[in-house]
Amino acid sequence: MTHAAAHYTSTGLDNKKLAFWAFIGSECLLFGSLISTYLVYKGRSVVGPTTQEILNIPVTSVSTFDLLMSSLAMVLALAAVAKGDKLWARFWLGATAFLGLVFLGFQFYEFTSFVHEGLTLKTNLFGSTFFVLTGTHGAHVAVGVLWLLTLLVRSFQRKLGPEKALNVEIAGLYWHFVDVVWIVIFTVVYLIQ
Amino acid sequence: MWKWITTTDHKRIGILYGVTAFVFFLIGGLEALFIRLQLAKPENALVSAETFNQLFTMHGTTMVFLAIMPMSAAFFNYIIPLQIGARDVAFPRLNAFSYWVFLLGGLFLNASFLFGAAPDGGWFGYLNLTSRQYSPGINIDFWVLGLQVLGIASLAAGFNFIVTIVNMRAPGMRMMRLPVFTWMTLVTQIIVVTAFPVITVGLVFLMFDRFFGTTFYSVAAGGDLLLWQHLFWLFGHPEVYILILPAMGIVSEVLPTFSRKPLFGYAVVVYSGALIGFMGWGVWAHHMFASGLGPIADSVFGATTMMIAIPTGVKIFNWLATMWGGQIRFTAAMLFAMGFIAMFVIGGLSGVMHSSPPADLQQTDTYFVVAHIHYVLFGGAIQGLFAGIYYWFPKMTGRLLNEKLGKVHFWVMLVGMNLAFFPMHFIGLLGMPRRIYTYRAELGVADMNLVSTIGAHIIAVSLLFFIYNVWRSWRKGEVAGNDPWGGATLEWTIPSPPPEYNFTVIPEVLSRLPRWSVTQMKAIPDVPPEPIHMPGGSYWPVVAAVGIIGMASGAVAHTLWIVLASGALLVFSIFRWAFEPFEV
Amino acid sequence: MSAEHASERAHPGTGTYLAIAAVLFIITLVEVGVFYVPAFKPVLAPVLLVLSGLKFALVVMFYMHLKFDSPLFRLIFTLPLLLALGVGIALMFLFGAFGLGS
Repeated sequence: MTHAAAHYTSTGLDNKKLAFWAFIGSECLLFGSLISTYLVYKGRSVVGPTTQEILNIPVTSVSTFDLLMSSLAMVLALAAVAKGDKLWARFWLGATAFLGLVFLGFQFYEFTSFVHEGLTLKTNLFGSTFFVLTGTHGAHVAVGVLWLLTLLVRSFQRKLGPEKALNVEIAGLYWHFVDVVWIVIFTVVYLIQ
Repeated sequence: MWKWITTTDHKRIGILYGVTAFVFFLIGGLEALFIRLQLAKPENALVSAETFNQLFTMHGTTMVFLAIMPMSAAFFNYIIPLQIGARDVAFPRLNAFSYWVFLLGGLFLNASFLFGAAPDGGWFGYLNLTSRQYSPGINIDFWVLGLQVLGIASLAAGFNFIVTIVNMRAPGMRMMRLPVFTWMTLVTQIIVVTAFPVITVGLVFLMFDRFFGTTFYSVAAGGDLLLWQHLFWLFGHPEVYILILPAMGIVSEVLPTFSRKPLFGYAVVVYSGALIGFMGWGVWAHHMFASGLGPIADSVFGATTMMIAIPTGVKIFNWLATMWGGQIRFTAAMLFAMGFIAMFVIGGLSGVMHSSPPADLQQTDTYFVVAHIHYVLFGGAIQGLFAGIYYWFPKMTGRLLNEKLGKVHFWVMLVGMNLAFFPMHFIGLLGMPRRIYTYRAELGVADMNLVSTIGAHIIAVSLLFFIYNVWRSWRKGEVAGNDPWGGATLEWTIPSPPPEYNFTVIPEVLSRLPRWSVTQMKAIPDVPPEPIHMPGGSYWPVVAAVGIIGMASGAVAHTLWIVLASGALLVFSIFRWAFEPFEV
Repeated sequence: MSAEHASERAHPGTGTYLAIAAVLFIITLVEVGVFYVPAFKPVLAPVLLVLSGLKFALVVMFYMHLKFDSPLFRLIFTLPLLLALGVGIALMFLFGAFGLGS
């Protein structure tokens, strides 16, 4: 890892990285509240469709793999940027963004097929809690994809050298956190029905 | 004017917060006066029931979110960098952003009055009163969206100050050498960034129910109205510690200075503050003792609530021990700090009375609770904040507030607040509920209500002395110099008001009380040894704030294109902000 | 405190990252497998929670570098995480999960 032009800090840690970990801590409470509501309302819907009838485990498993692999792409992207390896940095940043878009594609497919099968935001408690929880997660993925594409553009503008590795690291923290939230959602919503 | 709009200087932002918060405090106070005038006599007809609902809802919402929190933020902004030996906060543009979002959010909330549709569901918005079915108008839309906007401001500031306090301390300023005000601010910001997400989620659910027909709070769909109460109070209880801890921090600065004695048990006071912040997460359902939680939940939350009195009490004893044996100077700031202790103890006693579920069943939703709230928040937080104003006004303006006027302000306000709020204990126990626009004479509370109304007006009179004092002293007050009080902490080492860069040289700190300790720190030169570059301003924080309020306004107006256009403006301004050359 | 980046101390290489990815892949396969095997029905929830907890920890410790970075980051992440867990469990109790009251 290269040194950035570091200002003196009391802990020796970078301000932006510290702020971002605090933000991630805060997001634990955000997603925690959404997941808790989902769990509290589980099984209380008065009308169907229910989880068993509608959740598609095979398809969601594939999108889960996809997101996990995107985290791999992300760490490889960071390593490439830190090394100054422009070609692989752009490849892996693009790959991460692409895999993120694939995940969003899966989610779009899932949402539209659920609506077809009669589950909307308004249908029942499952619909409301499911769509708001996974929708919030999806919105986070979308923001992440935008962030990654921005970094990719910066790389092509030759403005993402090793001295900017911290920016990529922080984008990585965000991306992995979004992945980790999905790990929880996949287990708690899809697998433990 | 442009300089103020684009400023990223923590001192200017602090003043903006302070002035804005005070104006909102006056607005909230006017709302209170109307409430009290309506209740001055039984079956009064000064305002309608619907208007009364708007008055008490806006009074509570305004005082909590637009007065106390931002006034505390004024001090976070101005004083924290000075106390830790820094030139500014960690993220100056984010700091400006927080202020503008707060201002626009406060204006947005109050704009509802222009439509005759101010929020009217109480400051805690219980369902299903606030559902679209029972509140079809835009009143609650203003409330939900306004709070979300204000939440963004608070969260941004929370991250900013956590990083500032942890990471930008001068060399030698170890954590256990921090002034107590800085410590309490750190605990407060940790509470902010953990508690606000919970209310964000609760409000998202309410917004989706109202706008998109979801079923989060729909009983017919199997939903539970208590979900809102839990989510709200999971935020709401930590919120009251957000309201009180900064004021406690101020008191912990003022008392030692005017007792000429270091704070008794510094470490214990710091740990108690942190403990209060942590334990504050375990008591929320004491706001729900009358909602049918069951004996186990009632007992657990009753016990945790009683326990949180312990670290609070510890602080009181430490403050008293600080004064004991000290050389007390009864300045206005000191009087307010002492007034805090006295009034907060009274509020704390009624609070402990609430902690017993069976007792609370009688007290809840009556004026007994209103008494408690106002003793801790007015007698406590507001007095603490006034102590801070009298204490730090000289540092911010270079001039002292007039002490005689300050003392008149204190005594008149003390009399006023006790006349206003003490009778409420009895009014409540005699059976007058909260949030009712009138009452029958047979209840027997008419005289005490009248006394309370008179007390509220006496408070208002006391504020006139304060306003005149500020207006006169800002330009013509006695010149203060660096250290008018003989304070112990770093902010008193530099000129009043400080130069833009605060410190000519970042000091090296050798003790917890740098100006009082035997090992004197190296004197700070009058002139910087080499030119100090301070970042200029930026207008992207304002533009981003406008984008956010545009989205809220579009939502209230149910007009999608405004939401989308404002969202695009927000995204655009974030990109420009990110790529703007801005050297800290 | 020096201004050195903590990540200088120890740094997983590409090999480690690929290995972690493989482990995550396998654990996910096992999770889906457990979901489909009827024999696991009674212990489904605990097994899945443990497995996904493992994935969570691996991503956080290695991909987010928490194992190798300053303990302060660990504190800043763990405290809110535990708080969120505590709040979630408390809410489940209060809403009648685990067979308790209202």
